[in-house]
Amino acid sequence: MSMLLTVDRLESFYGPSQILHGVSLAVRPGEQVALIGRNGMGKTTLLRSLMGLVPRVQGTIDLNGSSIRGSKPEAISLAGVAFVPEGRGVFGSLSVIENLVMASRAGRNGKRSWTLDRVLSVFPRLAQRRGNGGHQLSGGEQQMLTIGRALMTNPEIILIDEATEGLAPLVADEIWKTLAVIRGEGIATIVVDKDIKNLSKVADRMVVMSKGGIEFDGTPADLLAQPELLERHLGLH
Amino acid sequence: MQPLSTRTHIALLAAVVAAAILPALVPDYYVQFAAKVLILGTLAMALNLAVGFGGLVSLCHAAFFGLAGYALVLAAPEYDEPSLLLTLPLAVGATVLVALVVGVLSLRTRGVYFIMVTLAFGEMLFFLFHDTPIGGGSDGLFLYVKPVLAFGETILLDLGNPVTFYLVSLAAAAGTWWLIRHLLSTPFGDALTAARDNERRALALGIPVFRVRLIAFVLSAALAGLAGYLSAAQFGFVAPQMLGWHLSATALVMVVLGGTRRVAGPLAGALVVTGLEEVLKYFIDDWKLVYGLIVIALVLLAPGGLQDVARLTGLGRRAGTPALKLKEANNVG
Repeated sequence: MSMLLTVDRLESFYGPSQILHGVSLAVRPGEQVALIGRNGMGKTTLLRSLMGLVPRVQGTIDLNGSSIRGSKPEAISLAGVAFVPEGRGVFGSLSVIENLVMASRAGRNGKRSWTLDRVLSVFPRLAQRRGNGGHQLSGGEQQMLTIGRALMTNPEIILIDEATEGLAPLVADEIWKTLAVIRGEGIATIVVDKDIKNLSKVADRMVVMSKGGIEFDGTPADLLAQPELLERHLGLH
Repeated sequence: MQPLSTRTHIALLAAVVAAAILPALVPDYYVQFAAKVLILGTLAMALNLAVGFGGLVSLCHAAFFGLAGYALVLAAPEYDEPSLLLTLPLAVGATVLVALVVGVLSLRTRGVYFIMVTLAFGEMLFFLFHDTPIGGGSDGLFLYVKPVLAFGETILLDLGNPVTFYLVSLAAAAGTWWLIRHLLSTPFGDALTAARDNERRALALGIPVFRVRLIAFVLSAALAGLAGYLSAAQFGFVAPQMLGWHLSATALVMVVLGGTRRVAGPLAGALVVTGLEEVLKYFIDDWKLVYGLIVIALVLLAPGGLQDVARLTGLGRRAGTPALKLKEANNVG
C-alpha cells in the first residue's frame, strides 16, 4: 500500500536552534500513529513542521506523493491535513456551531463524510452546548470541539497534540473513544499523548522520540516488550 | 453572530418607524442633523467591520469616505443634475479600486504596522487632493446641483430635498447594518472573526485569511464610500479634510464608544459624538477640552462602549446577565 505521509530526514529550526535532527517517518492511509517521548524531545515541533507552522525546515515531507514541505498552513490543510493543537485553540468569539460550520468542507475525494449532525452525534456534549461561545466551554468540551472542527474538514490525516492533557479521566475516556471512532473511519492520525496505556490500545504504531530524533518505531506490543526503552525514554517502570 | 430575538426585532422595527416619521415631528435643522448622524454612523459601522470584526485598525477610512465624495463632485455636470444611478456606482467603484490596492499592500502587515501603513495611504490621498489642482486644492470643490434619481423626465428621488435626503441616509444606514449583520452570520463572517481571534489557527484550518481580510477591507471601504458620497451630496462641498486622518480617528472614537462587538454600536457612537459636539459648541467656548475629557471618561469607565453605560445605568437589556446570555445562546438552533 502506498504511503499517505512520508517524512524523510526532516530537520527543523527555531532561529539558530535545531530541534529536529533527521526525522524519518511514514504513515499509511488510515493508520494511527502514537508519538511519545519526554517533554522537549521534538514531538510538537514535528507536528508543527508537518503543518507548515515552523518557518525553517529541511528534508522531505510528502503527502500522497506530493511535496508539502514549505507549503503554507492553509494549503496543507486544504491538501487533507488537520491539526488539533496543544491548548485546543477554539475561537472564543464564535459559538460551538460557528466553530464547526466555519471549518466545514468536502474532503479531497469530494465527499463530506463528516457533517455537523455527525460530529454532534459523536460529541453529544457539544450538541447540548451548541449556542455557547468557545470561551464558555470546559477544557474537555474545548478539546472535543477542536477535534470535531478538525473532522469537519474531512481530512485524510489528523495531527493531535496532547490529546488528553489536563482533562478529567471521564472526559479523557471520551476522547479515547473518539479516537477509536476516527480509526474506524479510516482517517490516519498522529497522536501525541502521555497515556501509554490508552495509546497502545488505539494505535497501530508507537513512535518514541528523543532529542529531536526517532528512537523506536514499532507496534505497541513490541514497545511494551522493551521495558528498558520505556524507562529510558519515558520514565516508566 | 446570534440571531435577533423577537423582542429585538420589534424594538428595531419601532426604531425604524420612529426614524422614518422624524421629519414630520421636528424642524428641518434637526432632520439635517439626523441625516449627518446617519451618514457618520454608516461610516463608523463600515469601519467597525474592519476594526471590530476583522481586527484591522484602519486609519485610512476617511480617505475612502472623501474619495467617494470627490468622485461625485468631479463626475457631476457643473450646472445640471447628476444622475444618482451613474454617480453612486462610479464613486463607490473608485473607492473599491483604491481600497483593493491599499488592502493588497497593507494587509501583509500586522498590528501597529498595519495602522501606520493605512495612515500613510490615507495621508497620500489627502495630499493628492490638497496639493494638486485635481480637486481644487485646499479650497475644495462645490457641488451646485444635488444628485437625482430620474426615470425619463420623472424625478423619483431628489437628494436636494432635505426630507428625501434624510430618508435615503436612513436607508443607507439600515442597509449597511443589515448587510454587515448578514455577512457576519455567514461562514465568511465566522472566518473573519476566527482570523481576528487567532490567525495561525485559522490558517491551520485552511482559511485563506489574507483573502477573507481583503474582501472585508474592500467591502468596508465601499460602505465608507457610500457614506462619503452622501456627505458630499448633503453639504454640496468637498475639501481635503474629508480625507484626513482626523476624520478617521473621529470615526474610530465612534466605534470605540459605540462598542466594537455590536454592528449597530458605532451608529450609537456617532450619535453621541456628533450630539456632544453640537451641544458643547453651543454652550462652551473651549468645547473641545470638555469633549476630550468626556470621551476619556467614557472610555475609562465603560471600556465596552455605550452598552456598558446602559448596563451600568440599569437601561441595558437583561441579556447582559451571564445566566440569561447562556440561556439565549442555548436556544439558538
